[in-house]
Amino acid sequence: MISIDPEVIKELTTKGIRVDHRAFDEYRKIKIETGIIEKAEGSARVEIGGTKVIAGVKMEIGEPFADRPDDGVLITNAEFLALAYHEFEEGPPRENSIELARVVDRGIRESKAIDLKKLCIENGKKVWMVFVDIDILDHDGNLIDAAALAAIAALLNTKFPKLDIIEEDGEKRYVIDYEQKTDPLPVTQKPIGVTAAKISGKILFDPNIAEESAVEGKISMGITDNMIASIQKSEPGGFSIEEIDHIAEIAMKKASEIRAMLG
Amino acid sequence: MEQKLIVDGKRIDGRTFDQLRPMEARAGILKNADGSGYFRLGRTIAIAGIFGPRQVHPRHMEEAEAAILKCRYNMASFSTTERNRPGPSRRSKEISKVIREALMPVLFLEEFPKSAIDLHVEILQADASTRCAGINAASIALADAGIPMRDLIASCSVGVVEGQIMLDIAGKEDTEGDVDLPIAYYPKRDLITLLQMDGMVTREQLKQLLELAKKGAMQVYEAQRQALRSKYLEE
Repeated sequence: MISIDPEVIKELTTKGIRVDHRAFDEYRKIKIETGIIEKAEGSARVEIGGTKVIAGVKMEIGEPFADRPDDGVLITNAEFLALAYHEFEEGPPRENSIELARVVDRGIRESKAIDLKKLCIENGKKVWMVFVDIDILDHDGNLIDAAALAAIAALLNTKFPKLDIIEEDGEKRYVIDYEQKTDPLPVTQKPIGVTAAKISGKILFDPNIAEESAVEGKISMGITDNMIASIQKSEPGGFSIEEIDHIAEIAMKKASEIRAMLG
Repeated sequence: MEQKLIVDGKRIDGRTFDQLRPMEARAGILKNADGSGYFRLGRTIAIAGIFGPRQVHPRHMEEAEAAILKCRYNMASFSTTERNRPGPSRRSKEISKVIREALMPVLFLEEFPKSAIDLHVEILQADASTRCAGINAASIALADAGIPMRDLIASCSVGVVEGQIMLDIAGKEDTEGDVDLPIAYYPKRDLITLLQMDGMVTREQLKQLLELAKKGAMQVYEAQRQALRSKYLEE
């Protein structure tokens, strides 16, 4: 694996140059494919430059949380597969994958992208549980944006499996036929993750893996309809309010461009 | 009908929109830890303890050119209304990470190569802004441990409740509010070192929220400095 000295990246950034000659607010090429896993209720594969991720949605019937008896349940998880990067290891999820999954989850949840009320089957007893699982296949930087995009693309691709409720001796049985897909999942918003990095005091978007080795800090925003639905700063290093506001401004524009690719 | 969270321009606990809950900050509250701190914000109570710089365990985490900062944020089982299951959760792992990253910019880690600074943050009682109280206690503890620092990091949160921007949301404002935005602030450089948000805001609101949070953090900063002054200068 070829790596570039972070000091070189910092020096280039100071001169206004990115290693791959992009403008500071320019994303790498984005590719979205959906419906690639037949066994999943919805799926998507996303590439941002060399970063490749896949998101699959599986649905099950479960019990609602006590404080939200008529809301369906959304659970997001991410796996940093060991085949994706030499520093990723097998084993239980670590800090970075937990953070990524939680950031993606907040983007979907806070933007109210899924109408959870429509996932209620029987108030207080049975609801649909929506599992969004994200596999990181190849790490070339900016995993959060790729994962967020794969997650929303997979949710937009999701259809309920057929559900039969059978009453026997006053007891209800819930039978799911995963082979038959019915209505689409009620997805009402399309939150988009946009990540900015600060290198040598400059702000650039969609950092690649070489740039990530040189970052002081990163800020990821989940954007919906010109509103900011979630924010996460990561890595040590701070930002001024002016820098955060600049990121918000560009993030709105980038989010509309990326959202348009979802169709 | 639901109880309103704002009545006659006042909040449920009687505070104005730009007012923090009562604070209490103390340094050096523990005997064994190399440094310790206490920070209370209303009913939220955090303590922090530091061990180190000391040898790194496990050794493979060692860095040749700087100390590593290890952080564990934990909520006591009795700290919440419904018992909090002991042990690390996904939430606590994420918070440990953002606390560590919020504090690192002020530490001269390069002064202590091949060593570890262990930071333990224990939330004794939780009523919103636990990560903020934890950071505030941790900053005091790091200073109390004599670890060279460029500045103290001060933290607080802001939110939007019934459309109104307000400082330091707590209690019902936290469970029923629309936006929760914690920050950590590095006053000498005017930098925000922790930033998270849940909720829906416009770009303009975000700016207003951050300005208000900065004002709150400066009050926290003063309380932290006072805690250190009263331990080291006035004893």
